Amino acid sequence: MAQPAKAPDRLNDRVNDFVIKLANVNGTGSASANTLLMKSIFRMGIPVMGKNYFPSNIQGLPTWYEIRVTRDGYVARSGRVDLMVAMNAETYHKDVREVSPGGYLIYDSTWPRATVLTRDDITILGVPLARICNENFVGVRNRILMKNIMYAGVLAALLEIDVEVIRGLLTESYAKKPALVDANMKAVQLGYDYAQAHLPCPLPLRVERMDKTKGFIMIDGNTAAALGCVYAGATVGPWYPITPSTSLMDAFKSFCQKLRVDPETGKNNFAVIQAEDELSAIGMVLGANWNGARAFTATSGPGISLMNEFIGLAYYAEVPAVIFDIQRVGPSTGMPTRTQQCDLMLCAYASHGDTKHVMLFPSNPEECFYMSVQAFDLAERLQTPVFVMSDLDIGMNDWMCRDLTWDDSYQPDRGKVLTREEIEALPKFHRYLDKDDDGIPYRTLPGVTAKGAYFTRGSGHNQYGAYTEDAAEYQVVLDRLLRKFKRARTLLPPPVIEATGTSNIGLVAIGSSRGAVNEARDILAKRGIAIDYMRIKAFPFTKEVEAFMAKHEKIFVVEQNRDAQLRSLLTLETDVPKSKLHSILHYDGLPMTSKGIVEAIVAELGDAQRAAVAAR
Amino acid sequence: MSFINKPKVRHPDLPRNELGLTRRDYEGAMSTLCAGCGHDSVTSAIIEAIWGLSMRPEQLVKLSGIGCSSKTTAYFASGSHGFNGVHGRMPSVATGANAANKDLYYIGVSGDGDSLSIGFGQFAHAIRRNVNMLYLCENNGVYGLTKGQFSASADIGTKSKKGEENLQAPVDPCLAALSLGGTFIARSFSGDKEQLVPLIQAGLMHKGFAMIDIISPCVTFNDHVGSTKSYTFAREHYHEAVHADYIPPRAEITASYGEGEALPVQMHDGSQIVLRKLDKDYDPTHRGKAFEYLRTKLRQGEHVTGLIFVSSSGPDMHDMSNTVDLPLNQVPYEKLHPGQEGLAKIIKRYA
Repeated sequence: MAQPAKAPDRLNDRVNDFVIKLANVNGTGSASANTLLMKSIFRMGIPVMGKNYFPSNIQGLPTWYEIRVTRDGYVARSGRVDLMVAMNAETYHKDVREVSPGGYLIYDSTWPRATVLTRDDITILGVPLARICNENFVGVRNRILMKNIMYAGVLAALLEIDVEVIRGLLTESYAKKPALVDANMKAVQLGYDYAQAHLPCPLPLRVERMDKTKGFIMIDGNTAAALGCVYAGATVGPWYPITPSTSLMDAFKSFCQKLRVDPETGKNNFAVIQAEDELSAIGMVLGANWNGARAFTATSGPGISLMNEFIGLAYYAEVPAVIFDIQRVGPSTGMPTRTQQCDLMLCAYASHGDTKHVMLFPSNPEECFYMSVQAFDLAERLQTPVFVMSDLDIGMNDWMCRDLTWDDSYQPDRGKVLTREEIEALPKFHRYLDKDDDGIPYRTLPGVTAKGAYFTRGSGHNQYGAYTEDAAEYQVVLDRLLRKFKRARTLLPPPVIEATGTSNIGLVAIGSSRGAVNEARDILAKRGIAIDYMRIKAFPFTKEVEAFMAKHEKIFVVEQNRDAQLRSLLTLETDVPKSKLHSILHYDGLPMTSKGIVEAIVAELGDAQRAAVAAR
Repeated sequence: MSFINKPKVRHPDLPRNELGLTRRDYEGAMSTLCAGCGHDSVTSAIIEAIWGLSMRPEQLVKLSGIGCSSKTTAYFASGSHGFNGVHGRMPSVATGANAANKDLYYIGVSGDGDSLSIGFGQFAHAIRRNVNMLYLCENNGVYGLTKGQFSASADIGTKSKKGEENLQAPVDPCLAALSLGGTFIARSFSGDKEQLVPLIQAGLMHKGFAMIDIISPCVTFNDHVGSTKSYTFAREHYHEAVHADYIPPRAEITASYGEGEALPVQMHDGSQIVLRKLDKDYDPTHRGKAFEYLRTKLRQGEHVTGLIFVSSSGPDMHDMSNTVDLPLNQVPYEKLHPGQEGLAKIIKRYA
């Protein structure tokens, strides 16, 4: 064992403020052990962040899990690694390099470790995990699984994680298989005891009970969005499996199997239909919405590419649709298990011809829940597709969120759908007439009355719903569609603005960049740089977005793609001068850290400001 | 033609159905297809069929994709909602619409380009799901709107108007549907209304996916000598194996059938199809034999018509999804979520 390095002083203050990274091989059950660790810390009242970096593979490739214990509640990556659990021989050489100076590395000392793979500025601790497992458990698969649970026990001793909290979580997970609780607890205890006997417990980085997670849950965005779809009253869910959106429809189905089975008949108040491809999935969504059900699909970039033709039809024929885009890294197949915000332009103008679409930008699972409901209301109110622009980071990682709550007085906004009586009272029904002068026409549903029948088409139509190739008639409808899009701005959620009242520097971001931006603002504020922040929640941009940009001289646009797609949308759809907008781009596929934002802003603000900062 | 409004004059003595409606009440906009187009005959057969069924127009939903055939949903039942989607993707729209409301009757009109080329995948999967709908494939072996290219149903050796010969093997929608588990598979000819009307009626009443391949000649691009989808060729080479008579619920069978010739098939709503076997060796309830029969006849240059295969049992998409009896678009919102009380319980798992 290497001699423990002299710990820098600041490490003494790392209680509830450090990062654990676990390097594993996928398909070995490490995910359960890592979630168990993260959740145990959360249950001890300490804010925590968990991120899973997994390969596009089922078994055998490297996978990492990162846990940030964050007493100040920062939910973004910090960019540090204070404690590495290096369980994967294949990536060991890389993992050992990644540990921040003064940090720790734990490895399986059953086998000899090459002497070159060491560092003298970190503490390396060996635990013979495989040997202990082989001595105590039977069966190859079981031994592999228990090895992971065992390092959770080691960490419990090193970090002072309450073993009873771990037991509680295991008891909940294996409520139906109590024997597994005992087996897992045995592994935890073996690890715990070994560490207590052989390692310097506790480490300076350790946890201490807090009371900061009461009223919070740990949930992933896809589960929260699925729950939102249940509460929105969605009944039809056509889809085609694609990472990272699959867990959304899986969760919807599983919620429905619990909540939507008629107790008397045992029959389903829902239909989840696995389509043959994304083209079919969106076609079904359109057919069902057109016919008066709330229907949605969940997909990712490649799926949106395939859905383009139908999205244009929905826009032009004015059929409601809710589409969840759980964005992943492109172009093409890209990196399916990595995160980006790279479909903004794709969705904003999806399909050929003049089209524009409504988008919502949830920043965490909590917003996924509420925005799902909002998306259905907007889609039906506006009779148009609405995109919920989540991403892999939000969708597949567990985030600490406030408890989800429901207002029982909520009633779905089904939009301008005429009843039988209303139709019968009309002299004649015209589908695309702007009767209310708000750009939104009235629609009727099949099966109600023959008088309300009309022909839905993607070919040229006039405001009465009839086929047309007449120049003027065509333009009347197209111009009204633009008025409707502008009208949408008054119905969409306004941005969240955090202003200092004095700064003329602004920062604009969307979605999952939120955590990194919050932390970056705090870091910059401590260094004397005050920045106003606008988190945009929807497209088309509301008037508050215009006002914020008009008010600030220099605006940083933080986003997770190479081509500055949000900045492009801002320049295309508002009056902001291009020169005001400075891009901070992050597109390596990993969730953002505050570091990149801080560095870019400090660099851009120039010498004068830097000098001023230095003087403070 | 296409911009002229249809005359609305009604003759007082026009025959009326059980709802008191005349055939005129089931018409649609004026057809814009070429004079003599087979598709217009199919449209009039549809009107005759739904009038005869005394169907309320709002009970019917019309769906189509893109192409000459897909235009025709505008030419009948103006009292029914219609959805003209994108090329080859009508089955998915129909599937979604049907998922939302199982109580309506769905008729999809497609063509050989729409169904067998660009939309072959959707056609196949709608059959697999056994979506409860009538699917008409108006088959003329040619792309009309783009002026005469071969479609996937063009037979080997058939000649285009410009004299080009097709060398690729055709897709036969009936053989395809048989192999995909289709539960109602028929072939007819636009010029044979006597055969087509009861097939449309039976197909609409069949619970599950009913597919009728209708040879519907294209007078402009595929009605010449050397074409196997021309009026002349169809009349000479299309061979009716089984004739289907549709008998509504509670109605008596009035036609007379020869000894051992009639084969009644019970439908889920109490109606019946009485199959009249014109070829005594043929068994339209045996999938394997039907497949073999079609193949044998095709090798002899004969196209079998009539109700080729029917199976009235078997789950449709809703049965497979185990959905409630009430159409999903009518389930009260209160039944769809457990409120704040339920949510508080659900989120405990995540605390």
